[in-house]
Amino acid sequence: MTTITFIKPDGEKVAVEATNGATVMEVAKDKDMPMLAACGGSLACATCHVIVDESWYAKSGEVCEAEEDLLDTAHGLTNTSRLCCQMKVSDDVEGMVMTLPPMG
Amino acid sequence: MSELHSTDVAIIGAGPIGLFSVFQCGMLKMSCHVIDALPATGGQCTALYPEKPLFDIPAAPGINAVDLIERLEKQVEPFNPTIHLNQQVTELDKIGEHWYLSTSTGLKIQAKAVIIAAGAGAFGPNKPPLDNIEQFEANSVHYMVQKREDFRGQRIVIAGGGDSAVDWALSLADVAAEVYVIHRRDRFRAIPESVAQMKALADEGKIELVIPYQLASLEGDGDKLKTVVVKTLDGDERRIEADHLLSFFGLATKLGPINDWGLDILNGVIKVEPSTCATNIEGIFAVGDIADYPHKLKLILSGFSEAAQAAHAAYLIINPGQALNFEHSTTSGVPTL
Repeated sequence: MTTITFIKPDGEKVAVEATNGATVMEVAKDKDMPMLAACGGSLACATCHVIVDESWYAKSGEVCEAEEDLLDTAHGLTNTSRLCCQMKVSDDVEGMVMTLPPMG
Repeated sequence: MSELHSTDVAIIGAGPIGLFSVFQCGMLKMSCHVIDALPATGGQCTALYPEKPLFDIPAAPGINAVDLIERLEKQVEPFNPTIHLNQQVTELDKIGEHWYLSTSTGLKIQAKAVIIAAGAGAFGPNKPPLDNIEQFEANSVHYMVQKREDFRGQRIVIAGGGDSAVDWALSLADVAAEVYVIHRRDRFRAIPESVAQMKALADEGKIELVIPYQLASLEGDGDKLKTVVVKTLDGDERRIEADHLLSFFGLATKLGPINDWGLDILNGVIKVEPSTCATNIEGIFAVGDIADYPHKLKLILSGFSEAAQAAHAAYLIINPGQALNFEHSTTSGVPTL
């Protein structure tokens, strides 16, 4: 198990225990975080957009071209924006922190 | 006063599960009206991935999403459903024994039960979250172009990095006074030839690519836009004087009015009792992606099954005191309505 922390749009910090191998989107949905994740992780939307804490961004994994294309349709992008359906939980991200933007 | 349509079941959403709900209701001799915000049936299948093959539809391996929808339409044909497109259900009220639905185009439907098969919500333009954007929508902010001539001699800001942004930049370069294309990065997800043409126009000075910028805010008077403010990720700001903003960020789904009907909704999905797909409100059922219960699988496959559960549960509400003879289609055939 790995601990990751979501900061909700209202500022509340929620640390959750996540199973290694799950996507961060699956963890967020399982913990009822305010996130639409409309397409269910099939890289067809950008509604699981998260802003990864800068110090953790390098560990969030590679961004593929399809994810970049979908990030084009997200709003309020930052240098550390990711679609969290493309991020996997592992020991490497123990303690990772990310902010959830407001749901559209 | 608009005509009041009367039906057994009103189905909200004409995606695969809404269509199959028509079939399941039809098998139980219940008539249906279906409402959808999009201009065509098929929901996400048509709007998001029409040409993509689906591999997990039983007995239809590798079927294209549009073909699946075509087959479902054929399957429901015997039941003559009335399908109302291009409109969103805005109100749902219960008066006496009946549900009354009103749509954004003023249509009114009276139904004995309601099945919500609305997927992730109604499709509409994916609007940038700028505070005052709606203020300008009547005049200066557009999510589609109806008449190219409307933009003759105007100063146009186009925001987005897909085919619509690129195609309209090319098309409007000839008629508009100025064309600016705002995009967050150098790469555009559009036909390479079109992107090359656009970059050539930029080199000639006919349009300007404003990269890497994002929309930050809009300024103007009433519904008249004056300035589009854009920013880089590092906070560098640029102000562009413009008459119109064309915003092309694709489609987004919104539950919209469904949020206001008293349903048990969390994070965009409606809690249902999985054996009946009944919501917390008697007479309203939810099926497909919008229906949620423990261990729910958001598959078209699950939605088909949920449509059957909901139709059988709705029958008991619509036909109180009447026996529901469970029949296989091999025995009953396809009844006519």
